[in-house]
Amino acid sequence: MLQVILKRIAIAIPVILIVASLTFFLVRMAPGGPFDAEKVVPPQVMKNLNAVYNLDAPLIIQYRDYMLNLVQGDFGPSFRYPGRSVTEMIFTGLPVTFELAFYAIIVAMIIGSLAGVIAAVKRNTLLDYVPMTIAMIGICMPTFLLGPLLVLYFGIYLEALPVSGWSSLPGDKILPSITLGAAYAAYIARLSRGGMLETLSQDYIRTARAKGLPEYQVIIKHALQGGLVPVVSFLGPAVAGLIGGSFVVETIFQIPGLGRFYVEAAFNRDYTMILGTTIFFSTLIIFFNLLSDIAVLLMNPRARSQM
Amino acid sequence: MNQESSLWSDAWRRLLANKAAVAGGIILLVLIFLAIFAPWIAPHSYSYQNLELGAQPPSSKFLLGTDTLGRDLFSRILYGARVSLLVGFVATSVALVIGVSWGIVAGYFGGRIDSVMMRIVDVLYGLPFIIFIILLMVIFGRNIWLLFGAIGAVEWLTMARIVRGQVLTIKTQEYVLAAQAMGVSNIQMFRKHIYPNILGPIAVYATLTIPQVMLLEAFLSFLGLGIQPPMSSWGTLIRYGVESMEEYSWLLIYPGLTFTLTLFALNFFGDGLRDALDPKISSD
Repeated sequence: MLQVILKRIAIAIPVILIVASLTFFLVRMAPGGPFDAEKVVPPQVMKNLNAVYNLDAPLIIQYRDYMLNLVQGDFGPSFRYPGRSVTEMIFTGLPVTFELAFYAIIVAMIIGSLAGVIAAVKRNTLLDYVPMTIAMIGICMPTFLLGPLLVLYFGIYLEALPVSGWSSLPGDKILPSITLGAAYAAYIARLSRGGMLETLSQDYIRTARAKGLPEYQVIIKHALQGGLVPVVSFLGPAVAGLIGGSFVVETIFQIPGLGRFYVEAAFNRDYTMILGTTIFFSTLIIFFNLLSDIAVLLMNPRARSQM
Repeated sequence: MNQESSLWSDAWRRLLANKAAVAGGIILLVLIFLAIFAPWIAPHSYSYQNLELGAQPPSSKFLLGTDTLGRDLFSRILYGARVSLLVGFVATSVALVIGVSWGIVAGYFGGRIDSVMMRIVDVLYGLPFIIFIILLMVIFGRNIWLLFGAIGAVEWLTMARIVRGQVLTIKTQEYVLAAQAMGVSNIQMFRKHIYPNILGPIAVYATLTIPQVMLLEAFLSFLGLGIQPPMSSWGTLIRYGVESMEEYSWLLIYPGLTFTLTLFALNFFGDGLRDALDPKISSD
């Protein structure tokens, strides 16, 4: 068991390093220097700028320095905002993005698994069809459409909730969390319904029923553990989607999180910021995939032999 | 030959029996027709700006209203369909070519080649591709062909897995082993036995990839990193709709509705196709 986990970690580390190297060289391939967009500067100033940002060294030396700093958690200075380091900007935005993602996952887990479990238990009734149809709509409706529609209805038409900001007005976290969580609630609903249906047809469930357990205990004590395995294995990859979703949600609701910083950096061609955040996001996603693999391993003994 | 055609006609019958899939298919056909013939169908120019007119709510002259620059929204949605569907089909084809070849090679040759190739797929699965696409768009400029390539290059992984699994199963069938024993060449083997058997899953998965690809394009365009003006896709229309939704809500609602409806149709059609071609796998 421990060996399997260690093996997964052993694969993850070189992957992160390869991703970091690949991103570094990709960004360096970008046409033009980072200061080209600015008004023409005297050659001496340009030279000094290049020296400050370590751009005058040969590429391979730059790469070595960058990787050495990276291992120590230093992503270098931002090109766009002089005097601010990329690490500092990442850690300003990160808590906000984490909080948003956390609420979104909570919304998704509660609504999604509740709807899925009920749909599975009440199979082929109205309690199955209605939530599953809504789930299908939730999957087809992209975040960047759902968000503005919610803003339009709850914010502008009903004037019930604030439509932008984070921690500045009471209730301003509600709409972003729901927007980001909705698609996941839909996926989780479908996954947990499928997982529950399969588990409920297993022999041990029949045994539990046969020994006279009330139905709710059969479901809570026995079926949930097996039925929610697909949901847990979905959570790792879902984090990748959550980061993409946070780009959109933070842009729509003007939330000062990491996702919005990334999109702004992409617009401003703030190369060091793009480089740093890309590596950071990749590491985060690889880490969460690892976590969800381990969680699945712990929940489902049969998967252990397959990994 | 005979059995092959009956498999497809069986599938066709099952598909026609599925109402949701048929509805999805019809919507798709109408959309494709509208997109192809957009220049003849569109009542107004999609790019003609009439600043004096400005944003008008839907009326009999402008079916879905006009945008803030006085352009007819209906015509713009029609032209947007061309770009959005084009992205969907082209990027899916790219994904198809990479994924299918990868899967066939891995599955057919097996052994070490297979395990290395599939390990690569596993590793790539764990990477944040959305970020890499954004990175590519930033570095190499916002070029529509690059967009096709980049989206296609990230969507092939599942296809490779599905095709490989299918090839592995077919490879161990007795009739294939018999053919191998008789010395049938690799190419012959592929054409006669493997290709007809993987066609179904490929068709199904391709249909289900198109909506994902369209979503990805719209997502990038929404962030302003995808399709650039003067071209417009549904993603860019939604983007502009959001900017002016407070006063002119129709600019958001109609493009959004069209887009969601299309994704709906594609998903239902794809699910139906899957059930029809492979009754063993249910829809969930």
